[in-house]
Amino acid sequence: MTATSPVAPPGATASGTAPRRGTSSPGGARRKRKLLGANPLGLLFSAPYLAFVLLVFAYPLVFAVWMSFQDYFFAAPGAVVDRPFVGLDNYARVLQDPAVWQAFGNVGVFLIINVPLTVVLSLLLASALNRIVHARVFFRVAYYVPYVTASVAIVGVWLFLFSGGGLVNNLLGPLAPTPSWLINSQLAMPSIALFVTWKQLGFYILLYLAALQNVPKELYESASTDGAGAVRSFFSVTIPSVRPATVLVLLLSTITGANLFTEPYLLTGGGGPNGASASPVLLMYQRGIQQGNPDVAAAIGVILVVLVLIIAFLQRKFAGGDES
Amino acid sequence: MSADVSTRKRQTPGQRQTSGRGAAVLRGVVLSIGALVFLFPFYYMVIGSLQRTPDATVAGAFPNIANLTLDNYAAINSRIGLLTGLVNSGIFTGGVILGTVVFGMLAGYALSVLQWRGRGVTFALALLVQVVPFQLLMIPLYVLIARDYRLADTHIGMILPFLINSTAVIIFRQYFLQVPKELFDAARIDGASELRVLWNVAIPLVRPALLTVVLVTFIGPWNEFLWPFLITKDTSLQPLAVSLANYISSVAASAANPFGAVLAGAVVLAAPAVALFIVFQRYFTSTDIGSGVKG
Repeated sequence: MTATSPVAPPGATASGTAPRRGTSSPGGARRKRKLLGANPLGLLFSAPYLAFVLLVFAYPLVFAVWMSFQDYFFAAPGAVVDRPFVGLDNYARVLQDPAVWQAFGNVGVFLIINVPLTVVLSLLLASALNRIVHARVFFRVAYYVPYVTASVAIVGVWLFLFSGGGLVNNLLGPLAPTPSWLINSQLAMPSIALFVTWKQLGFYILLYLAALQNVPKELYESASTDGAGAVRSFFSVTIPSVRPATVLVLLLSTITGANLFTEPYLLTGGGGPNGASASPVLLMYQRGIQQGNPDVAAAIGVILVVLVLIIAFLQRKFAGGDES
Repeated sequence: MSADVSTRKRQTPGQRQTSGRGAAVLRGVVLSIGALVFLFPFYYMVIGSLQRTPDATVAGAFPNIANLTLDNYAAINSRIGLLTGLVNSGIFTGGVILGTVVFGMLAGYALSVLQWRGRGVTFALALLVQVVPFQLLMIPLYVLIARDYRLADTHIGMILPFLINSTAVIIFRQYFLQVPKELFDAARIDGASELRVLWNVAIPLVRPALLTVVLVTFIGPWNEFLWPFLITKDTSLQPLAVSLANYISSVAASAANPFGAVLAGAVVLAAPAVALFIVFQRYFTSTDIGSGVKG
């Protein structure tokens, strides 16, 4: 894969930067000291991007936090309305809402199933894929196809497969759960977690494949010289070598889980049964846009992001991503 | 692979041969079962979209000539207008790709080739922006774009939050860094303006990056659901993902063969992305996709 890849490994890029900086400094004599640097055009070229970052990220970000402390409601554009500062009122409302607790609990269930499954399956499949010679392209395509396909499209098949009289239940016969998967309050969220794991796995397999190709072959050779079998060298060579990739997989799958919206909205008809598969983002949509309380929705968003940051920090701390 | 380097006392070469073959067979089996699990839903999507009456039995997973029809495609087309949906998806996706490529390339070039004050801060910003989650921005962006700027039910409102992609800026920067600086200097000595250097020297050299960015950017807006769903109520402006989702969640129950129609719509929505991916699969590299988030 590296051979066909147009991108050099990250290391090559990093080392490519260093000499370039060096070569630019001897020319410092002819370079006039300008206020904006040697090429002020750079600022002009980056101006659209900077404007975009300010308008679409920075300002809405501040706006979201500000909104969560106001009594904010939708008004006609241009209308002058009073939106008083209410302190932590929105947060109090959010924390007193059992539906919010349920949604955060649901996403917890989702992450407990999705994240470990994603790490284990993608690492196993990537290591198998890394060793084979034939049909590599076929397998890569097979695993990646769900990732490039819209959730909305695949949800249609999933509904067909996992409905009460669907193919899966027909295959399972008496083992099929009643009520069926997506309308079962115990199984709705695990079903969604499985769906998302399946859909995203190809992306993580590709991440691990790139990491595996950077593991020096000598490590496996010396492990086998020391008498390590396939299983042993998987645990003592492969897993430690791909640790930075694992940290990335943990982080990205956690963020994906926290973003969950489309799947509960479509697979379980808006987070049913009885909110058993509602996600925080689904709740933000319902509270903020359907029920017209954007301040409450913003507060849910702030809480969600703070929780994700805490989880990401803990993952980084315990999985140890410092070497990257 | 590495096993044949050392022939030690522990195993005779014969044993090693069989265990190696066994492992290879095991790998093949695991990968094949995996591929089946990954591809079957797509196969089933196509089969289901062609069935006159939905057949959820095991036999229904195999094509039955008597039960095949294109009626489901006609049915979904009469409900949500597949062509309109595809055109809207195309405009949305095209707008995002255009903005991402033009502005991403300018910024990427500025960040890698030009020396200017604020360059380091801008690059740090590009990395930082990637960790800002969309959930937090969803509500304020909706308020700003739909309410304050009155861009609901417009293509611009749909495109705006995705107009420039920080990952693309970072990918372009990485590629431009790999181009020898002397090539740019030579053009400058010949009196070329910076824009001309970018257009005539830099861009032709990083054509693979261009393709990668287009492909990586394509699947985002083509598959995006939440934002266009929030911002469009007018069905004649909805991308296919949104109109199909609305069909799934509301009117599907009233159709003659709802699943067939849903699956027919799903095939139409999935086909362009899947086809593009299969044709250009070697340009989808995890290095590019992961580079943005690696920080």
